[in-house]
Amino acid sequence: MDIKVNVRESEGDAYVVDLTGEIDVYTSPKVKDAITELIDKEHYNLVINLEKVRYIDSTGLGVLIGGLKRVREHGGSVNLVCTNPQIKKIFDITGLVKIFGIFDDEQSAMKALA
Amino acid sequence: MNPAPAATKSQGIVRLEIPARAEWVAVARLAVAAVASRQRFSVDDIEDIKLAIAESCTNAIQHGTPDGTIEIQCEVSSEGIVLTVRDRGQGPPLEAVSEERIGELGRTEELGVFLIRALMDSVEYTSDPREGTQLVMIKRVSS
Repeated sequence: MDIKVNVRESEGDAYVVDLTGEIDVYTSPKVKDAITELIDKEHYNLVINLEKVRYIDSTGLGVLIGGLKRVREHGGSVNLVCTNPQIKKIFDITGLVKIFGIFDDEQSAMKALA
Repeated sequence: MNPAPAATKSQGIVRLEIPARAEWVAVARLAVAAVASRQRFSVDDIEDIKLAIAESCTNAIQHGTPDGTIEIQCEVSSEGIVLTVRDRGQGPPLEAVSEERIGELGRTEELGVFLIRALMDSVEYTSDPREGTQLVMIKRVSS
């Protein structure tokens, strides 16, 4: 079990974090490190692409929430791309759909950052 | 502490002991999913069970187990599955956490508890300073 993290620059000063695999208590520190590094470099508008994530647990959700809190302190935002019904369900039942912008594709998530 | 009895006649019990370390949680998750897949659960229900068992193990790891192990028992019956997770540590009280607080606090520990309660049909938690912590979760097969 592993997570692959790919960070790329997108339009404006926005960055996209592509995640592939499973985010759990073992792999979430790697995701946290990538998001923390971007924020430390003053990149506060992020799209996190979860399209290729098969599984996420509370530690993964915690990392995303932590990132969102930090960027909001600087007027930024974190939008998510998520199409997996099971993962969408986790955001639904935890009520996190209310605090994250969740989109079906990257283009929409980027557009909403603007 | 004895595991809670299944609601109906047991069709089999599988026991697993894993080291209380993050890299082993995926093993517990997949093993329990394999056991659950022998019952008439939907794919969504099996995903719920995987997440609940992983959250239970994560709780045990985050609160420390003196002997460094987590015991998992899966009892399958015609009605569903009873999952018992035991460790020697003192886990947090599994209080009900409101959805409104999740976004405010964003505390992983509370998110995990919230998910376990939301995904399973029944959750019983006991903690004893001498015997440790036991979590019994039941998922019933949808009729």
